Amino acid sequence: MSGLALSNVTKEFGSFTAVNNIDITVPHGTFVCLLGPSGCGKTTLLRMIAGLDLPTSGAIRLDGDDITRVPTHKRNLGMVFQSLALFPHLTVGENIAYPLRIRGVAKEEQKKRVDELLAMIHLSGYADRPVSKLSGGQRQRVAIARALSISPKLFLLDEPLSALDAKLREAMQVELRQLQQKLGITTIVVTHDQREAMTMADTVVVMNKGEIRQAASPIEIYRRPADTFVADFIGSTNLLEAEATGGAVSVLGQPVSGISLGSATKATLSVRPEDVHLTAPGNGALSGTVTFVRDLGGTIETFVDVAGRQIVAVSTPRARPDVTVGQPVGITLLPDVCVVLSK
Amino acid sequence: MRREKPQKLLDYAPIVFPAAMLIVFFVIPFATMIAVSFFQREQAGFYTPAFQFANYERFLSLFFANVLGFSLMLAIAVAICCVLLALPFTYLLARMSRKAQIVWLVALLSVLSLSEVIIGFAWSTLLSRTAGITNLLVAAGIMTEAKALLPSFGAVLTGMVYQAFPYTVLVLYPAIVRLDPTLTEAARTLGASPLKAFFTVVVPALRNTITATLIMVFIFALGSYLLPQLLGRPQHWTLSVLITDQAIYQSNMPFAAAMAVFLVLVTLGLVALTVIAGRKGEAA
Repeated sequence: MSGLALSNVTKEFGSFTAVNNIDITVPHGTFVCLLGPSGCGKTTLLRMIAGLDLPTSGAIRLDGDDITRVPTHKRNLGMVFQSLALFPHLTVGENIAYPLRIRGVAKEEQKKRVDELLAMIHLSGYADRPVSKLSGGQRQRVAIARALSISPKLFLLDEPLSALDAKLREAMQVELRQLQQKLGITTIVVTHDQREAMTMADTVVVMNKGEIRQAASPIEIYRRPADTFVADFIGSTNLLEAEATGGAVSVLGQPVSGISLGSATKATLSVRPEDVHLTAPGNGALSGTVTFVRDLGGTIETFVDVAGRQIVAVSTPRARPDVTVGQPVGITLLPDVCVVLSK
Repeated sequence: MRREKPQKLLDYAPIVFPAAMLIVFFVIPFATMIAVSFFQREQAGFYTPAFQFANYERFLSLFFANVLGFSLMLAIAVAICCVLLALPFTYLLARMSRKAQIVWLVALLSVLSLSEVIIGFAWSTLLSRTAGITNLLVAAGIMTEAKALLPSFGAVLTGMVYQAFPYTVLVLYPAIVRLDPTLTEAARTLGASPLKAFFTVVVPALRNTITATLIMVFIFALGSYLLPQLLGRPQHWTLSVLITDQAIYQSNMPFAAAMAVFLVLVTLGLVALTVIAGRKGEAA
């Protein structure tokens, strides 16, 4: 099979299990984001794919070949580090040419390839500058170009955009995704930023405590989270306790109709704020009191207290709810937007 | 950081103490030495104030030129050997666990606490025929007969490298610890074997530190006067040995002072050349 395959990969540091029995297949040419809170094992997983750490057990295969024990420098990959790790004693061009120089590529060939890559990252003419004279975004691009200069089989990035300011980061996310699609290179990015993952990835792998909680397309993860951790980590959501007693379902202690918990008696409902609709009191499934209205111009967030639980509703200015603080309101829960999570 | 320039006389107060120490313990003795180097020597063993170049003239001979040449060559050899040994050593040391690092650093510091005399006698025993390391080689069957490894140039070099090695490590250590470990990792992901990564990334990134360390060890080795006498033949004696000889045994202070001044000037000249060469390399 072409692409990357991890089977039963486990990494233990002493008694601590950083990565626990992970299986992932990354088909050739896809963009995968490893997403999770810090300490979830995503960076360790990436380092094992790069060969910088050895798995305690399990196997890593690239295009069918077992590379679990192959040393890093023989894996022919490109990696961008969180610190970028540009070589301070080399110029921009020398940095990009480094992988070629190490492999003994002829000088003229190196120069041709460097010019090509500089054009690709919109930094033509920067070859002779020292890396210390570049801005954050330019350094970022140089690190990417250096990792891609040998046209590697695998392109790995460890929190690559975390050093950039918010605006530049958003722009680089788009740029990186467009670059990956143009080159058709198998790419794995580690990030803790769910917007970054949603922007770039074909497949988002959500990890927590060394385990995969869900691996699916970004929209699937957003719309159909597998559990409360994923629902809460990706975007913001309202998690509401639901109970089924003899066929009647109640949410936060208030009876509702049209929602089924399946065979479970207790479950959690995940409802995205944009799916929470406010109506007149007594009309909706739940009733509560408005406690705060945050008007951000582009969106309006309404905080509603229901039986001591805060529910957030987000609406656009056109659908502005006509409510004030302290006013009782009803909340409509449409069954098709409520995701039932068993835990 | 930009600071305001001192406005009043009182603003200079914080530097009074260091300045006084420098003047009392460095400027005055050094000025005295320069003055003495022009003085007239008395046969009785002391000197009278004068202004003559006789001491410097006597120095301008082939004999002293050879000694000076040998001294500089020895100091350069010691500096190069020390850096060649200490660079990989310190690099590996910096990657050890905290505990192991402390043990090694304490061991190195304890070597520093040894006096030159003890180091000299220890090595003269280790390199001797009767009790030296060649006896171990004989016992191991590698050599047929124990032999003395001193006095010789190798023995002088060994002793001086041993003495300067802890200094070298301690000067390199902070810079190597600060070196971003992801630089080496990046080099490895880009296709460099660990050894290649060391030579193409670690060594060039530390170029300035290495130059500074070479200069420091060079100057340190230039001042050594006991080890060449304990471990070498008279032709391995350095200018420092001759200065000591003139100052203490021949009681010829003016000549000793003249040689010392000359040695300082040559050293400063070499250091300046190195710094200029380093700057040129940077610009290129």
